[in-house]
Amino acid sequence: MALPKYTETRYRVWHYSYLVICTAVFFFLIAPLFVIIPLSFNAEQYIHFSDGMLALQPEAFSLRWYEDMIYGTKNPWGIAARNSIYYAFFSTIGATILGTVAALGLSSRYMPYKQLIMSILISPMIIPLIISGSAIFFSLAKLGLAATFPGIVIAHIILGTPFVVITVTATLSGFDDSITRAASSLGSTPTNTFFKITLPLITPGIISGALFAFVTSFDEIVVILFVAGGDRNLTTIPLQMWTGLREQLSPTIMAVATCLIILSTLILIVTELLRRRSERIRGISAQ
Amino acid sequence: MPSEIRTSDGELLSVKLKKVERRRRTTAFLLAAPLLFFIIFAYLIPIFQMLGRSIDNVQMHEFLSDTHDVMQTWDGSEMPGEDVTSTFFYELKGLVEEKNHGKIATRLNYEKGGFTSLIKKTARKLDDFDENANFLDQFIDVHKKWGDIEYWLALKRGTDAYHYRKYLTTFDFEQKYDGSIERIPEKKRINVTLWLRTIFVAAGVTFCCFLLAYPISHLLSVLPTRYSNLLMICVLLPFWTSLLVRTSSWMVLLQKQGVLNDTLVSLGIVADEGRLELMYNMTGTFIAMTQILLPFMVLPLYSVMKTIPPSLMRAATSMGATPFHAFRKIYFPLTYAGISAGSILVFVLSIGYYITPALVGGAKGTLISNRIAYHMQQSLDWSLATAMATVLLIAVLIVYWLYNKIVGIDNMRLG
Repeated sequence: MALPKYTETRYRVWHYSYLVICTAVFFFLIAPLFVIIPLSFNAEQYIHFSDGMLALQPEAFSLRWYEDMIYGTKNPWGIAARNSIYYAFFSTIGATILGTVAALGLSSRYMPYKQLIMSILISPMIIPLIISGSAIFFSLAKLGLAATFPGIVIAHIILGTPFVVITVTATLSGFDDSITRAASSLGSTPTNTFFKITLPLITPGIISGALFAFVTSFDEIVVILFVAGGDRNLTTIPLQMWTGLREQLSPTIMAVATCLIILSTLILIVTELLRRRSERIRGISAQ
Repeated sequence: MPSEIRTSDGELLSVKLKKVERRRRTTAFLLAAPLLFFIIFAYLIPIFQMLGRSIDNVQMHEFLSDTHDVMQTWDGSEMPGEDVTSTFFYELKGLVEEKNHGKIATRLNYEKGGFTSLIKKTARKLDDFDENANFLDQFIDVHKKWGDIEYWLALKRGTDAYHYRKYLTTFDFEQKYDGSIERIPEKKRINVTLWLRTIFVAAGVTFCCFLLAYPISHLLSVLPTRYSNLLMICVLLPFWTSLLVRTSSWMVLLQKQGVLNDTLVSLGIVADEGRLELMYNMTGTFIAMTQILLPFMVLPLYSVMKTIPPSLMRAATSMGATPFHAFRKIYFPLTYAGISAGSILVFVLSIGYYITPALVGGAKGTLISNRIAYHMQQSLDWSLATAMATVLLIAVLIVYWLYNKIVGIDNMRLG
C-alpha cells in the first residue's frame, strides 16, 4: 500500500486519513470484545476498571468470578453449559444430515421448482426470530413437546438447517461433475461414487455448515425463551446470560463471556483451517 | 433420421432420455423432500396457524353464539331488548357453570376496558337473578356499567367469529361502534411510533454499516493475503461470538458508570455529574446494533470487491480520470451487487431485532419485536401480537423478495 513518489499532497492526505478511518472501524469492531476479558478478572464486585487494575497491581485481579461460575452456590452455569452442549450436539447432527441431503438434491440440474424450494428451506433464517419462536412454541405445545428436551432440539434443527443448506449448496456449486462421471465410467456404482468421491470432496463444506448449525443452536436465545418456558432444568448459557443481564451486570457474566470469546476464537481457527483445506483440495493455492 | 436412434437395449433414444431425466428429477426431489416436509409441517404451517389468530375469534363466538345471533337484529341505537339480555343471561350462566367466564372476560376486556371486573362481579351474582323480572334492570343493579350502551355494543362486536380490528390497532386506529375508523387519542398512540422507530433504526443501522464497511472491505480486498487474513479476524471474531456476549460488552461500555463514561470523565471531556446517557435509549440500541451487524455488511462487500481487478482503476487514471472520478464511475458501480446484498441482509436482520434493544434500549429504544414479545408474554393479547407479527412478516418478505430479484438466493454466501 505504499504510495508512489509522485503522489500529490492532497491524495497523500486522503490516503492516510483513509487508513485512519479503517483503523478506527476495525477498533470499533474488535475493541468491545476485549473490554470484557480484563473485567472478568476484577477482584471487586463492580463492573469497571478499578484504580488498582489500571495500575496493574496484582491484588486488583483475581479468579474469584471464575470460581463463582464453576463452584458458586445454586449456580446455574453447570446445568446451562451441559444443556447448551447437548442441544447443540443433537440439533447439529439432525440439521447436518437433513441439510446435506437436501443440498445434494438442490444442486442437481434436474431439481424441479428449485427457487421455490430453496426459498422455503431457508425461510427460518429470513423470518424474524420473534415470529419463529412463538410459532414453534405453539406447535410444540400442541404436540405436548413444549419445554421438553426433544422439543428444543427440534426447534434448533429448524433454525440450523438453512445454514447447512446454504454452505453445502455453495460447496457443491463449485463441484466438477466430470469427476463423478469418470468414476462411473470406470465401473463404480453410484453409492460407491458418492461415498468415495463426492463426500470426501464436500466434507469441508459440510463441516462448516455443521459449525454454523452448532453455533446457531449454542447462541440461540429468542426461540428458547419461548420454548423452554422458564424451566430451570432446561436452561442454556444464553438464556442464563439473558436472565442475568436483565437483573444486573455481574462479574460472573463477564467470566462466562470470556469463556465464550475463547470458544469463538477456536471456532474461527477451525473455519480458517477448513477454508484453506477446501481451497487446497480444489487446486487453488492457499498461500 | 434421429428418431430412429436406439439404445443398446432397443429403446428409442429420445424415450430413454426422457425416462432417465424423469428418474433424476425424482431422485433430486426425494433428496430434498425430508427437509422440505419437515420445514413445511414443523415451521411454516405453525406460522400460518399462529398468524391466523390475528383475525380468529371463533372460540368467543362459540361461547356466546346465541347472544351473538340474537344481537344481529339489534341495531345498537338504544339499549338492547329483553330478547338479548335474557339470552345473554342464560348463556353466561352456562359459561359460569363450566368455569369459562374468565376466558370471555379477558377477551372482552381487549374490546373495552373494564369488562374483566364487570363479568366477574356479574358472574358471582347470577344466582340472585329473578328470571321473571326485567333482565336489563337486574344487570344494571349488579353493576352500573351494564347501563352504558357501549358495553353491549362491545359485546356484540366481540362475539364476531372473525375480525380485522387488531390490524387497525397495529397502526393506532380504532373502529368506532358506528363502524367509522378513527385514529386513537394521541396519548395512547404507541404502535405507529414503534413502527417508525423500527424502520428508522433499521435504515439508519444499514446506512451506518454501509459507511463503515465500505472502506474496510476495500482495504481487506487490496491488501496482500497475509495482512488481510489477520485483519479479517477483526471481522470474523465478532461474527462468531455470541450475541449476548457482544450485547453485554456494550452494556459494560455504555452504562452511566461504564467504561466509556469513565474514560471521558478521567480525560476531563465531561464532568462527573454530566455523564452521558448512552444506554436505555435509542443511541445505545443504534450503536450496539451497528457494531453487531457490521460483519454482515463487510462479508458480502468484501467478496464482491475481491473480484474487481485493480487494473481497471489504473486504466481509468491512466486515461486522465482523477482518482475520485475513477472511483465514482468505475469502482463504485462495480460494487453495487455487494452493497445491495449486504444492505438487504442487515436491514432484514435489524427490522426483527429483539435481544439487543430489549437489553440496551430501555423504554425509549425498544423496537416492534419487543412490543410483539410484550403482547405475547405479558399482556397476553395474542390477537394483537399476531396482527403485528403478520405486518412485520409481510415487510420482511417484501425485502426478501427484493433480495431475490437483485441478488438471487442461490448467490447467498456465508463467511
